[in-house]
Amino acid sequence: MKTRDLTELAVRNLREAVLRNSLTTLGVAVGVASLVAMLSLGVGLQTLASQRLTRSGLFDAVFVTSQRDFRGARRPRSENSTPKKEARILDEDARQQLAKLANVTEVYPQVRFITEVRYGGKSPTTSVLGLPESSKGSGAFEGMTGSYFSSPTADEAILQVEFAKELTDQPATLVGKELVLRYAERAALSKESGGNGSFLEGMMGAAMPGGISIVPREKTLRIVGVIESDPSAGIGGFGGARVFLPLETAEHLHVAQPDDLQAFLSGDPAKPSYMALTVRVRSPKDVPQVEAAIKQLGFSTFSLLDATKGLRLVFMVFDSFLALFGSLALTVASLGIINTLVMAILERRREIGILKALGATDRDVRSLFFAEAGAMGLFGGIFGLALGWLIGRALNWGTTIYLHRQDLPGVRISYVPWWLALGAILFAIAVSLIAGLYPAARAARLNPVEALRYE
Amino acid sequence: MPISPILIQAEAVSREYRLGETVIRAINEVSLAIRRGEFLALLGSSGSGKSTLLSLLAGLDRPTSGAIRVQDRNLSELDAEELARYRRETVGMVFQSFNLLPRMTLEENVELPLRLAEVDRNDREPRVSEALERVGLGPRRQHRPSELSGGEQQRGALARALVNRPTILFADEPTGNLDSVNGEQILLLMREFQNSLGMTIIMVTHERPLAEKFANRIAVLSDGRLVSEGEPT
Repeated sequence: MKTRDLTELAVRNLREAVLRNSLTTLGVAVGVASLVAMLSLGVGLQTLASQRLTRSGLFDAVFVTSQRDFRGARRPRSENSTPKKEARILDEDARQQLAKLANVTEVYPQVRFITEVRYGGKSPTTSVLGLPESSKGSGAFEGMTGSYFSSPTADEAILQVEFAKELTDQPATLVGKELVLRYAERAALSKESGGNGSFLEGMMGAAMPGGISIVPREKTLRIVGVIESDPSAGIGGFGGARVFLPLETAEHLHVAQPDDLQAFLSGDPAKPSYMALTVRVRSPKDVPQVEAAIKQLGFSTFSLLDATKGLRLVFMVFDSFLALFGSLALTVASLGIINTLVMAILERRREIGILKALGATDRDVRSLFFAEAGAMGLFGGIFGLALGWLIGRALNWGTTIYLHRQDLPGVRISYVPWWLALGAILFAIAVSLIAGLYPAARAARLNPVEALRYE
Repeated sequence: MPISPILIQAEAVSREYRLGETVIRAINEVSLAIRRGEFLALLGSSGSGKSTLLSLLAGLDRPTSGAIRVQDRNLSELDAEELARYRRETVGMVFQSFNLLPRMTLEENVELPLRLAEVDRNDREPRVSEALERVGLGPRRQHRPSELSGGEQQRGALARALVNRPTILFADEPTGNLDSVNGEQILLLMREFQNSLGMTIIMVTHERPLAEKFANRIAVLSDGRLVSEGEPT
């Protein structure tokens, strides 16, 4: 029998016992709905976690350091040691080179220093950190009092609330006020710049062309925000500090850093170098390729990519459990299909006999019952998908209401990707066809003479 | 009058059923030759084996032993697929209880063998109309079997048996559920098919007067054996 005829007959048969077939189809739909709801929850939570982690900067960052061994930089090599290729210095040239690599979005040093802050007669010492422009979208500063920096070079500061409390009892009132930063500025001394140069020359030998000077400075900054939580830490993260500045502003301060020693030893104090640089990539999946490219340039790298692999494994196990529970409902539904079709065989015994007497093959009869099971799976799958999606929407809605009551932004914890939608329908059809295997085979095996005798 | 060639040849056909330890021989060594275009009535009392023999000749069942040759094919050697094709292409069947599918209209019932034979959709409608016109049910095509009288249902069943243009028409007690007037009408239609279409008809009945009136030949069965055969008196 042709497929179109088979389909027409199957749909007609389903329509005739509309109540029973509808209930069976509903059973499949409930099974699919539970599966979709469970898996969409798993997918949604995984997506949410991935998004949050990506925004945290933990997984889309590569930490770059020089391969230089400072302990032995100027030590004479032992006789039997193999001569190593000269390690590259992590300087401004290297920073520019890293920024030009494919899939790299941002390269920045970690400018962090301890300094004295003056405000209203108080002068506590605290940790200051320069924030790259990308930190704005990290989610770390969501819900803070005030606003983020007006520009990457603004003379502005964001305070961590605990530090703000050291300055005043009402931290929120600090927004718009000014504070003064007292710090030690580093300046390079050229060979010609004066007596210090000849002093250093005398101390270190003719190979040292210049030196550095440390000068106390003050900088007035406007407080634009007070952040409640401690921003997430990590590789290139923003944790640990209590006063935040735009990175460019912090860099222009030329605060004396421990790595100034490296610059001094490198032979050109006018050309600053970095202890480490953080390289941000477009997406966590680009990390291995960027890491390899950076290593090719002669630098050491470190990333938390392996941690994301572990995270995926955890979610895979989580999803498997959710799918298992969701599948239980579908298993019960498949028993409903078997029951419905076996009942249909008993009821339609005579019809099967007539079809066979008119020349239907065993395959025709089997296909007819298969088509009916498949149609129940298809309709149940589509209806179940819609139902599961609605359950997911309800979960999102409920969660968002709860979070809003806690003064937190809403999130989407349930998400139905296209592959889950398609997979759910195909799975429902597959389960229905498997459930239809036995009844269809039984119908096909019926002896036409006995079937025709059946009243 | 020229003698027609033999269309169906049953050779020592037996059919046994096993009920626990007991073996029931429904058909016992029956040999029978049926010529093309012949109207044969299988006569016998209830349980004589006539319906079983009809099922074997129609390819609905297989003999336990013996051979049934139809157009050079031995039905007992055909596999299930080939036997289904024989029923679809060579055979038309009518039953005592009409056996129209109650969920379908008369038109859809008549179309069913064409669906099974995978006849092109465009060719189906004219063939269904022709078959229904032939049995005088053209105006009732949209009715369901439950909306038709017994005689109309059996005529509908005849149209369904006719639509695939079979060579042989098997009828199992076609008048069993009809009054005498409708019964005669059905047999008149069958004889008309025999004469106009050259169809070979094998009919099971227990009504000797009808058999004698319409059949060319009568074969009598008793306890699964063929006890006599010949032209009606």
